[in-house]
Amino acid sequence: MGAVLPVVVLALWEMLSRAEVLSEDGFSRPSRFVVAGAKALADGTLLEQTAQTFAAATEALLIAAVAGIAIGAILGLFKPLERAAQLTIDALRPIPSVALIPLSLLLFGFSRNMSAAVAAFACFWPILLVTISAVRGVDGRLIEVGRLLGFSFARIIVKFALPAALPGILVGIRVSAGIAIVVTVTTEIVTNPRGLGFAMTMAAQSLQADLVWATLMWVGVIGWLVNWSLERLERRWLRYR
Amino acid sequence: MAALPMKRAGWFLISLLCFAAMLVAWKLAADAKLINPLWFPGPDRSFSKLWEWISSGSLWSPLAQTVWRMFAGWLLACGVGITLGAAIASSAFARRLLQPSAEFLRPLPASAILPPAILVLGFSDAMIVFVVAFGCVWPVLLGAIHGFGNLDQRLGEVSRLLNLSSWQRAWKFQLPNALPDVFAGMRVSISIALIVTVASEMLSSQPGIGYLMLVAARAFRSADIFAGIIVLGVLGFLTNYVTQKLEDRLLRWR
Repeated sequence: MGAVLPVVVLALWEMLSRAEVLSEDGFSRPSRFVVAGAKALADGTLLEQTAQTFAAATEALLIAAVAGIAIGAILGLFKPLERAAQLTIDALRPIPSVALIPLSLLLFGFSRNMSAAVAAFACFWPILLVTISAVRGVDGRLIEVGRLLGFSFARIIVKFALPAALPGILVGIRVSAGIAIVVTVTTEIVTNPRGLGFAMTMAAQSLQADLVWATLMWVGVIGWLVNWSLERLERRWLRYR
Repeated sequence: MAALPMKRAGWFLISLLCFAAMLVAWKLAADAKLINPLWFPGPDRSFSKLWEWISSGSLWSPLAQTVWRMFAGWLLACGVGITLGAAIASSAFARRLLQPSAEFLRPLPASAILPPAILVLGFSDAMIVFVVAFGCVWPVLLGAIHGFGNLDQRLGEVSRLLNLSSWQRAWKFQLPNALPDVFAGMRVSISIALIVTVASEMLSSQPGIGYLMLVAARAFRSADIFAGIIVLGVLGFLTNYVTQKLEDRLLRWR
């Protein structure tokens, strides 16, 4: 039943394109983009571009997770610090990540780091906020136990606060993983000559409509797969709860 | 009771100081030339550039363009999202027909449909508005599906007892019930709208803040970039603030 709509749309698309109602230059036609997609898959370019996009998104997620969890744990444990940082967070958080593309371009040039820096900024906020509230939600008695045992502050964080806050933090990381891919593809589309985003821009500029649509569908499949597997992973990791 | 506002004002002052400290750190980092000043202007140069834009009036036209596209796309997305969401929540047929496709399209980066949208619609306002709407529709749609779907069973029975048609039921019971979820989705969407608008302007060279900044980057005019970041930050903050206030006010009856 769910397949009815896509099949009807694709069939109509094919027919209207053959009848020249839809322009070839823009819409291409489904039979063509299957061919273009298969060719790009077979010669390895599509996979190479996917790997580039994933590398940048992973780097961004790692940076954001380390920074977000570290800062979030500190702000979450010390309420006064969080209050002091509130205005700074409120001022920086609404900056749309893409506004940093030109800056990142100047700082890093055309490179993986350029995409990763912009995406890391976007991913940092959800992880930070989720970590603050997750750490805050940790039972105070746990921290107390740590103190009684004479643990150092760092040890209390690593042994008690973080494991208890982990489920919340994982949700933040899952949300951010989706954001990382979206923002990475965006930077590639806008300027960075690497990855899946650039592949689409390039194909559009050379008027290969079939390749544009094929890559778009590939991006769709990738995005869906990432979402799906992260949800599965999260469910599995958190089964102990 | 007077102690409470005093305390809040005190905390506000502290967080203001913290923010000021960040600006000072920025200034010091720029003055110490930790990063090449060609790429990294201090706050003084950034804000004076911003002031130059404001006083010469050159800021308003691109800003108006960006805001217009952002809101046009957002409103379009809200209309489509609420309608589709109501349909999916109210009819099992619509749900089975539409939901799998929606699930597949949802994770797609909005910017990824820019290249095909340019091929089909050309470099135009309509293209940007369409892409923005595509990016914004998902949170509204999810909010609407959830909101229209979880009508209290007793209210459903009341509407049956009153012999209301399904239209009347949707309008009188489901819509008010769905509003909080729909508003929450709309608030998430407005931030997406700004991001997608700026990205679209950068790619399609349509006059707006995004294009302004990209041109500045190509010419190594870093003060312009920072001024643009500040403008977009303020715009993001304001739209967030206004939608939040509006939501609080409209939902006061709850």
